[in-house]
Amino acid sequence: MNTAFDAVIIGGGILGIATAYELARAGMKKVCVLERHYLASGSTGRCGGGFRQQWSTEANTLLAMDSVKRLEGLEEELGYHTEFFQGGYLILAHTPEEEQQFAKNVEMQRRLGLDVNIVDADEALKIVPFLNKEMIRKATWCPKDGHINPFLLTQGYANAARRLGVQIHLWTNVVGIMKKSDTFFVMTEAGNTYQTPLLFNCAGGFSRSIGAMLNVEIPVDPYRHEILVTEPVERLWNPMVISFSVGLYARQEMSGGVVMGMGDPNEPVGTFVGSSMHFMYEMAQRFTRLFPKLDKLRIVRQWAGLYEMTADAQPILGPVDEVDNFIQASGFSGHGLMLAPAVSQILADMVINKKKSEVVDSLNVKRLYNLKNVNKEKSVV
Amino acid sequence: MKIICRCQDVSEDEIIAAIRQGATTIDEIRRLVRAGMGSCQGRTCRRLVAQIISRELKTPPAEIYPPTFRPPNRPVSFELIMAERERQETEDGDKK
Repeated sequence: MNTAFDAVIIGGGILGIATAYELARAGMKKVCVLERHYLASGSTGRCGGGFRQQWSTEANTLLAMDSVKRLEGLEEELGYHTEFFQGGYLILAHTPEEEQQFAKNVEMQRRLGLDVNIVDADEALKIVPFLNKEMIRKATWCPKDGHINPFLLTQGYANAARRLGVQIHLWTNVVGIMKKSDTFFVMTEAGNTYQTPLLFNCAGGFSRSIGAMLNVEIPVDPYRHEILVTEPVERLWNPMVISFSVGLYARQEMSGGVVMGMGDPNEPVGTFVGSSMHFMYEMAQRFTRLFPKLDKLRIVRQWAGLYEMTADAQPILGPVDEVDNFIQASGFSGHGLMLAPAVSQILADMVINKKKSEVVDSLNVKRLYNLKNVNKEKSVV
Repeated sequence: MKIICRCQDVSEDEIIAAIRQGATTIDEIRRLVRAGMGSCQGRTCRRLVAQIISRELKTPPAEIYPPTFRPPNRPVSFELIMAERERQETEDGDKK
């Protein structure tokens, strides 16, 4: 098989699928997504499902605010129920240093127009009962953050994209890419070749190896990130709760289970996504420290996915200098789902309507080739 | 209406609807309509879901992509996990 498309997107996670939809919506006729397994089988389908606008860098905050605006009307536009729920995000400050950093973040976020406040421990407990009050100094609260079902959001985008003529080729593993004059030749494990003048790298934890196929360095390192879900219980609280110093996030799904995950600084770089007993112990300890009254909750399932990290924990977006029309959307550092609705639209606008975007320019891969002045995103679990 | 997943109340019609949206594996159906996401983790419905896929897509059951199995085997409370950790730590301490 040898097929020609106007655009080929590598990666059938939320970034690839949303970008395909936005390209088709902006008028592109022949768009094709190549996914090596099934939809959202990588990081997207394994993530915590939160969307938040509370960040420490302006670029992330602006993209996230755009994303939430987009998400607010998306169910209607896609004609698909996604469990979109603006239950808010409560971010806990346990130390004076955190309190200081959060005050700075909130000041910047409010300047950009975000509805976010600093609350004290009593108010925090009104929003999320069962918290260990003694551990909390202050918290930041944004009621317009929330959570969504990652599978359903991806499927909703995919169904709408297919209706606009997008082809999604599942179980299609890309093994090599060549570029001759203006055409990319994308070769798959099954021996097929796709031709296109425009190629997107939305391969998440594997975007470095896709870049390498064209000799472009994409400095993204995948790390395993483990997560678990409890049995469904009565409504406990609405928001996503985050604590950076305890190192956990927790939210209650619409179906009742409490999903929680944590960052592990000892995790080595790699694409292994098996589960560990160490995580189970560590998560149990951290969660019951923060929620002592919820120690009877039962764990139903644990799993893991990849955080695709960049040096500044911000994504890599837009073109690269070495190869024309090779567009990057990767390195989201654990936050691809929540930034995808905005990023996909901005990138489609950029390639089709030649619209400039300052945020995309500021997140070009070039910044990561020289790490002297890194503006690192601090709000990462 | 025929219930296929008893833990999560998922009907045969919902599973067929997921297949019509492009799902070809047990894992995709689990993610889309939650069949097999409940407390038995699909022990009961896994084979039934495979049969429905096989019938709808006319694929031999042996060719259906095998589902993922995830720990723990049975639901287990945080309390129990903490107690087990403590026990192991005491044991390790005794050995030293």
